[in-house]
Amino acid sequence: MSPVLSVRNLSKNFGGIKAVQDVNFDVAKGEFLALIGPNGAGKTTCFNMLNGYLKPNSGGSVQLNGKELLGTPPRKIWRMGVGRTFQITETFLSMTVLENIQMALISHHRRVFDMFSRATRLYVDEAMALLDLVSMSEHAERACSELAYGDLKRLELAIALAHEPALLLMDEPTAGMAPSERIALMALTADIVQREGVSVVFTEHDMDVVFAHSHRILVLNRGELIAEGTGDEIRANPTVQEVYLGGGTLFEDKKEAANA
Amino acid sequence: MGFYFAQLLTGLANASSLFLIASGLSIIFGVTRIVNFAHGSFYMVGAYLAYTIVTALNGGIFGFWFSIIAAAAIVGVIGLLIEMTILRRIYRAPELFQLVATFGVVLIFQDATLAIWGAEDLLGPRAPGLDRAVRIMGEPIPEYDLALIAIGPAVLAGIWLLFHKTRWGVLVRAATEDREMVGALGVNQAWLFSAAFVLGAFLAGLGGALQIPREAVSLQMDLSIIGEAFVVVVIGGMGSVSGAFVAAVLISVLNAFAILIFPQISIVLPFIVMAVVLILRPYGLFGKPGSEHVGTEEPEQPLKLMSQKSTMVLLAAVMVLAFSPAVTADFTSILLVDVMVATLFAVSLHFMMGIGGMVSFGHAAYFGVGAYAAAMMVKFLGFGMLPAMLLAPFFAAAAALFFGWFCVRLSGVYLAMLTMAAAQILWGVTFQWQAFTGGDDGILGVWPAEWASSDKVYFYIAFVLCLGGIWFLRRVAHSPFGYTLRGIRDSQTRAEAIGVDTKFHQWMGFVVAGSLAGLAGVVFAFSKGSVFPDTLGIAQSIDGLIMVLLGGIHALAGPIFGAVAFVMIEDWVTRLDYWRFIFGGIILVVVLLAPDGIAGGVNRLIRAILPNQKGGAA
Amino acid sequence: MTMIRRTVLGALAALPLMGFGPQVAQAADTIVIGEVNSYTRLPAFTEPYKKGWQLAIEQINAAGGIDGKQLEVISRDDTGDPATAIRIAEELVAKEGAVLIFGTFLSNIGLAVSDFAQQKQVLFLASEPLSDAIVWSKGNKYTYRLRPSTHMQAAMLAEQAAKLDAVKWATVAPNYAYGHDAVKAFKSELSKLRPDVEFVEEQWPPVFKIDAGSTVRALEASKPDAIFNVTFGGDLAKFVREGSLRFLFEDRAVASLLTGEPEYLHPLGNETPDGWIVTGYPPADIDTDSHNAFAKAYTDKFGEAPKTGSIVGYNSVLAIAAALTKAGSTDTEALLAAMEGLEVTDSPTGPFMFRAADHQSTMGAYVGKTALVDGEPKMVDWTYADGAAYLPSEEEAAKLRPAE
Repeated sequence: MSPVLSVRNLSKNFGGIKAVQDVNFDVAKGEFLALIGPNGAGKTTCFNMLNGYLKPNSGGSVQLNGKELLGTPPRKIWRMGVGRTFQITETFLSMTVLENIQMALISHHRRVFDMFSRATRLYVDEAMALLDLVSMSEHAERACSELAYGDLKRLELAIALAHEPALLLMDEPTAGMAPSERIALMALTADIVQREGVSVVFTEHDMDVVFAHSHRILVLNRGELIAEGTGDEIRANPTVQEVYLGGGTLFEDKKEAANA
Repeated sequence: MGFYFAQLLTGLANASSLFLIASGLSIIFGVTRIVNFAHGSFYMVGAYLAYTIVTALNGGIFGFWFSIIAAAAIVGVIGLLIEMTILRRIYRAPELFQLVATFGVVLIFQDATLAIWGAEDLLGPRAPGLDRAVRIMGEPIPEYDLALIAIGPAVLAGIWLLFHKTRWGVLVRAATEDREMVGALGVNQAWLFSAAFVLGAFLAGLGGALQIPREAVSLQMDLSIIGEAFVVVVIGGMGSVSGAFVAAVLISVLNAFAILIFPQISIVLPFIVMAVVLILRPYGLFGKPGSEHVGTEEPEQPLKLMSQKSTMVLLAAVMVLAFSPAVTADFTSILLVDVMVATLFAVSLHFMMGIGGMVSFGHAAYFGVGAYAAAMMVKFLGFGMLPAMLLAPFFAAAAALFFGWFCVRLSGVYLAMLTMAAAQILWGVTFQWQAFTGGDDGILGVWPAEWASSDKVYFYIAFVLCLGGIWFLRRVAHSPFGYTLRGIRDSQTRAEAIGVDTKFHQWMGFVVAGSLAGLAGVVFAFSKGSVFPDTLGIAQSIDGLIMVLLGGIHALAGPIFGAVAFVMIEDWVTRLDYWRFIFGGIILVVVLLAPDGIAGGVNRLIRAILPNQKGGAA
Repeated sequence: MTMIRRTVLGALAALPLMGFGPQVAQAADTIVIGEVNSYTRLPAFTEPYKKGWQLAIEQINAAGGIDGKQLEVISRDDTGDPATAIRIAEELVAKEGAVLIFGTFLSNIGLAVSDFAQQKQVLFLASEPLSDAIVWSKGNKYTYRLRPSTHMQAAMLAEQAAKLDAVKWATVAPNYAYGHDAVKAFKSELSKLRPDVEFVEEQWPPVFKIDAGSTVRALEASKPDAIFNVTFGGDLAKFVREGSLRFLFEDRAVASLLTGEPEYLHPLGNETPDGWIVTGYPPADIDTDSHNAFAKAYTDKFGEAPKTGSIVGYNSVLAIAAALTKAGSTDTEALLAAMEGLEVTDSPTGPFMFRAADHQSTMGAYVGKTALVDGEPKMVDWTYADGAAYLPSEEEAAKLRPAE
């Protein structure tokens, strides 16, 4: 089966500094892929190239189901079937929870220029179904600005799923959350992607989260992909051990996460 | 060669004057995020005080310079009083709301100055010891100009030392960069804000006082300087004092040379320079991203459709309005037409500012283009009233399409100032191009068609167009288009991440707002029978801004409350002596009682009276 | 204290005006006249004007009014905005029952109100605005103008300027219609009298925002023999100070519009330039019975000498009173008929009349030179220039007006 996402020769220089060098990987359908590495390893740079916020060096290629993503603005990447969540949640704070989802649906159905319909009456059922998915339906009428942070994260997940994406990009999905919530959120995410058949690429500091939920892990260091494999393989990989022991801790990454 | 050098020195002397007032404005904005319209008033009062003290002391060189410093210090104290009694109470209000308070202060100062110093211009003495010209390369240069050329950089150096060598200055700089951090460090923010405001007022007062040897002190000083001061601050980058210095030099020197080649250019030159700078550098020359934000950002409550009860109240109000011509006199219908025009204008501005998050200081541009387009179609093309009314808003839309494309690339105060530049450039062209636009003599004889010439018939035309426009904008606000605009305002990142072309969408929002402002302009033109460049002027833009902010930017009903209150109160108070004082006082009272605007105040009032009701003003 | 009391009383008195009911009929023994002017925008010029018309109204009413009816002026501030002026004019006519409107200072407001007068068919006497357009290119049946216009005053100066040796002239004028009209009129009138003159430089500073140093230097650079100045108010003070500091006026004649008016001359104080040819008004030196009586009454009432505005305000009411008397009615058509060729036989500035062809009054201005006399700025060597001499003939003037 052909991969959902295929990344080839992805590189990025900032001035003379090589932030990302020649990264290659594939993501299969339904795969839950973690991208990890110490601070400054190039995770965020890599991520921002995938979602269109950064322009990579020429020569690379990122294909989603065979279609080239590079050089495409973020909003078009979204239209091609890539949903995303942010390290610090980005939602529409002046709207209700339900309206936030409706917005994604309105955009998905290309009705943002409709000047006459009542926005709040559109796609209510679909939006409620999405809220159900993340167990947020009882909050539907609440103002987004009143939500607890964990709820905002779940809302964002629902927004990201609104256009039935093939791929979900999640940047530090559990940053800023209590440890117990982290596991819960990722369990929920894993559950949903499995049911919906969505592929996920996420970056993460919390190694408990990474090892508990990812199908496969990519390790970046100084812009280069140094290892790739399942949790057990990565744990046993001597290069990874060296990198992480040099830079701090691998299996008790609390300090780093707290600093993030 | 000597000639050009002398022209350069003249430009530099002007730059020093301009820098003094702009630096204070920049510091106040940098620390407190207040867009201080009263800065020109501080400048004017500084000049009047200096005049009084200088002529009273009559004490030679020492007496002169003592008077200058004393006048500036008194202005600093006045600034402190204003900060402590008014502004401090409303720092938590929605963005830009403090601007309304400073507008009230401007009005109060205008009449207070008139009452204290009288109407006649006052020409102070020249500076003792600096009252002649010296020859430099054969050209006469006033000694006082040379003194100013030295004072500007000296003040810049003084501010630099203050900001880098004192703890207070370091805190001010930190506050300019990141206000929350300073709060987190446990610094007393109120004290810091007061100090910054006092310093800013002191510098404005100093700038005014130093003008004594150059110009007659007059009641026009406040408004004639404030626009240019803002331009300088924006070109330099909001909050950047050295940027303000560079910008002041740029503007003044350019002007000194430009008038040799094209004397008419002075009128719009600063705005052209600002527009060019902002298009090339969206945060001004030395501004940093993030320096554009104004005031606190508190999230707005979700929009609600009106409850049945509120709908009934609204319909009743519309019915009363519709039947008002039957029971009132003609002049009342005329006042109500003015109210409706102002309301549509304010609602269209609110659509852009409140819904779209794009603050405009130049919304009159589209109002004026609508008015002029209608007038010209009638006068030059012989169109009838109705075709002109229907077509003219498209010209406003076209203007908005053109200027909006540049404006939506910016944000915050920079966007606001670019809209102002656009309006000023349009105003300048209209004002100058006598052959085409009639210049400041305007276009006369734009009266309604014969069948509509009675005040009552025209009332209904205005009623249909204005209420139709307001209804349309309200409808759009609740539509996917309006929701998307609000979404972009809330989070551009999220909007982009759900597939919205944010710039394009804002651009279209700009055009919708501009078109409806144009419609208001059309109704206005036929109700007055003539159009003048004032319709495009800053005063018209600022009136709209005050209506929106005073009414409450976070409520759809805000601009309606604001416009109705503004026009009715103004119509009433202008019958009185010293009405500006009274009007300013009323504005301050409203500001202090309802920091969330009239709409917010009304909502709270309803809830206080009927505790079980939810306010329906959204 | 009095200010506060006046304000409070004024506020209370004005409150009922908020009412929306149809108007209350005026008492039968008063004639209501509407007045609009820029009282807050330009108080330096409009305050003396207001005092002038107040004095005239008081005198006329004390002498028994017009046909036994007292005159009542309802005066409003137009805030410097033409649109507001029109709303107020409407209210004065529709609600207060004003039989005619007078006033305005700014030309654009004068034009707006004149257009309104035509639309609503009410007589408008434009007291102060100078714009030529008010009676010529945009003149209409319902509008008359009192004050000598830009063209007339420029022609008065051109007549004196033509006597100078100067050939190369530079002009400096505020960049709006008034400045443009003045420069155009001066150029054409002077060129008629002296075909040999040439104009070597024009400066157009924005009104009330002159960059005086740069403007002075630009004028200097053209090395003119003489300068025609139209700037006024704060711009004039700046221009005079910068110009004298930089020797612009050394050995150069200057002809300056309106600078002899006390409103503009007095603030110049001891920096008043010497020997500028100006139009204006020398209140202390006019020794005619009418003027002496006026000046004494004015000074007694207000504790200060009259200014140009005072004369304009005073003469406006004299003209209105004459029209009402002549018409014998407050009906607009009767008033319009009375205004045609209306003669005011006795005023502080001498007799004047309103020309039927172009509705311009022949009230003149004083032309003289500026000087410091005992430390006080004054006009010296002045003569009264009768307006009639500086107007085109009535036939020519009629051609300048739009066809009715």
